[in-house]
Amino acid sequence: MTTLIKNATIINATQTLKANILIENEIIKSISSDEPKADKIIDASGKLVFPGLIDMHVHFRDPGLEYKDDIITGSMSAVAGGVTTCCPMANTNPVNDNAVITRDMIAKAKKRGLIDLLPIGAITKGMGGKGITEMGDMSEAGCVAFSDDGLPVSSSDVMRSALEYSAFHKSFIINHSQDCSLCRGGHMNEGKMSMLLGIKGMPREQEEIMISRDMLLAKLTGGHIHVAHVSSAYSLKLIEQAKKDGINITCEVCPHHFTFDESELISYDTNFKMSPPLRTKSDVEAMRNGLKNGSIDVICTDHAPHHTDEKFLEFDKAPFGILGLQTLVPLTLNLVRQGVISYNDMARLTSKNPAKILNLPNKGEIKEGFLADIAIIDPDFEYVYDESLNKSKSKNSPLLGKKLKGASLITIKSGRVVFDFPNVVA
Amino acid sequence: MTYTKKDLISTKDLSKDDIYSFLNLAKEYKKLNLEPVKKDPILKGVTVVNAFFENSTRTRTSFEIAGKRLGADTINFSSSTSSTNKGETLIDTINNIEAMKTDVFIVRHYSSGSAQFVAKNTPSCVINAGDGCNEHPTQALLDLLTIFESKGSFENLTVTIIGDIFHSRVARSNIYAMQTLGIKVRLFGPPMFMQNAEIFGCEICRDMDEAVRGSDAIIMLRIQLERSDGEVAFPSVREYSKYFGLTKRRLEVAKDNVIILHPGPINRGVELNSDVADDPRISSILDQVENGVAIRMAVLKTVYQNKFKA
Repeated sequence: MTTLIKNATIINATQTLKANILIENEIIKSISSDEPKADKIIDASGKLVFPGLIDMHVHFRDPGLEYKDDIITGSMSAVAGGVTTCCPMANTNPVNDNAVITRDMIAKAKKRGLIDLLPIGAITKGMGGKGITEMGDMSEAGCVAFSDDGLPVSSSDVMRSALEYSAFHKSFIINHSQDCSLCRGGHMNEGKMSMLLGIKGMPREQEEIMISRDMLLAKLTGGHIHVAHVSSAYSLKLIEQAKKDGINITCEVCPHHFTFDESELISYDTNFKMSPPLRTKSDVEAMRNGLKNGSIDVICTDHAPHHTDEKFLEFDKAPFGILGLQTLVPLTLNLVRQGVISYNDMARLTSKNPAKILNLPNKGEIKEGFLADIAIIDPDFEYVYDESLNKSKSKNSPLLGKKLKGASLITIKSGRVVFDFPNVVA
Repeated sequence: MTYTKKDLISTKDLSKDDIYSFLNLAKEYKKLNLEPVKKDPILKGVTVVNAFFENSTRTRTSFEIAGKRLGADTINFSSSTSSTNKGETLIDTINNIEAMKTDVFIVRHYSSGSAQFVAKNTPSCVINAGDGCNEHPTQALLDLLTIFESKGSFENLTVTIIGDIFHSRVARSNIYAMQTLGIKVRLFGPPMFMQNAEIFGCEICRDMDEAVRGSDAIIMLRIQLERSDGEVAFPSVREYSKYFGLTKRRLEVAKDNVIILHPGPINRGVELNSDVADDPRISSILDQVENGVAIRMAVLKTVYQNKFKA
């Protein structure tokens, strides 16, 4: 099976190139001005051809909480958002803390074949914060990193062991940076807005304290710490300093943290309730600067489906988290439109860097010999992100029903078209 | 009456005229409440539900009396006996009661924003009787009526609110309404309850003497131990009373005609000493309670009538 994407404006992290792309089976066979015969031809005139997006941080709720989403609907949401590789977090039920569950998750995704699913295993058994998991076995089974997700490892000693042991297995640790002893039952950012609304807040220092500890433990062990969904300006300063000092640290930011600030909470809309919480305008600006100056390595979504009934509650009873996979492209394109980053930066942040961090040698670029994971994006395409487009079982996005600009019109996974934007001729 | 909404959720929604209208109507009801027959059956046939998801005696009773004096059928409902204890959601509970053709919900709930949440999702009238740490608008109105009756006007007044500002819905509703009226509001409390209080645009006092000095009215807040779950509170009630409690001795630096308000119930000897609380020359606490019924009658009548004006 061959596919020719002709008239492509290829957006890689390091260059933009006009060419035709020939895909043979799963692989990008050639990139040239030639127009060879192919079984299928896609004319990408006027579109941008990105490497398939890689989302390092998603929740597919499978196994155990499939009423929110499952590996199949998660995969469908991913490809509808141009994402061809996803790393689901370990906070499933049961927790992904052993190779059996890891293999089962991967097999389920493979059977449908929409995306590559690369699980993040738990750091500690049952995410209990004590004994570390069999990281060797789990890495062999397909785990690409380890995280206790929303239950950050409080014990410095456990985290030290986790960093040492994961490094031995050529993997790394992702920590939800939160000193829970400072949580104080908070539901939003602590500050003027929380005082105004009478909602208990979480100070940004809880994030900054945990990042400080983790960077010091990474210094001690030489292990790689990846900071999940950074949200505060000072967190970024700490990470920048750690990088300057040669500490093995990387970080990610979510679109909601570079798009929205805490003022959205004025209506007590639980779709803006997330952890880490939306912070101030200056924090949002810092995230955008971090993306611009390269101190943030990756954009990820923290796609966190929750059933409508769970979010249709009093603010402090509702769970944290929003959908993200299908709004990743339009929100990131906003940064390009606003001159914060370039298209090439977008490819670097959403594909090249995640591939590098996750050690995926044949992904992250549109390059001969690489896997044919491709998102053909129209940055000017306007549409309403409504329930007919939403592929998740859940609806917890503040952007649902809103007009968005920019989408992946065609998503290709391993050479096969896995998503076509409905009613659009690409 | 200038107020046109079918709900009363926040004093932020009240203009100066709205506040004066509520106070004027309440003054009429206050007179009625002194009559042997305390009835204005304007809400005859209307069903008012006191939906209290948090403990309350004073506010619930006040609303119940207010509803009954207006001729309404007032139903009391408390979370300890409700289906929320069986896991039913707030909105399901409200919808189920509404299906019995009720008309007005008086909502008290432990979550900030819950009264607004209910109001958005029911066609009934909703009156916020205290939502978490957010607001308690009828308390603010009754405080204003009490202050007005004592001072005769809101011109050139300084009101100081002392105590646990963060957890106080009384403070927020009072701040918004008083600022609308042009009253100077000052705040004082333990630092752990004052973080980011500058957002309210009030003067922040540094100690009790400063807070007491120059005030025309002082609103003492109750320590809300039940709302500081999971937080490190102040060291002890003994020390709280030392630095943040109001005693007769502390009032030595106060204006001669200062009045003291407290939303109740009082933690005697902690935020307020009995020598202040029980001194009728200074304490307006029982006036607040009396005014509460009149204010709630005014609010009930207004929002219910507004429902049919929209």
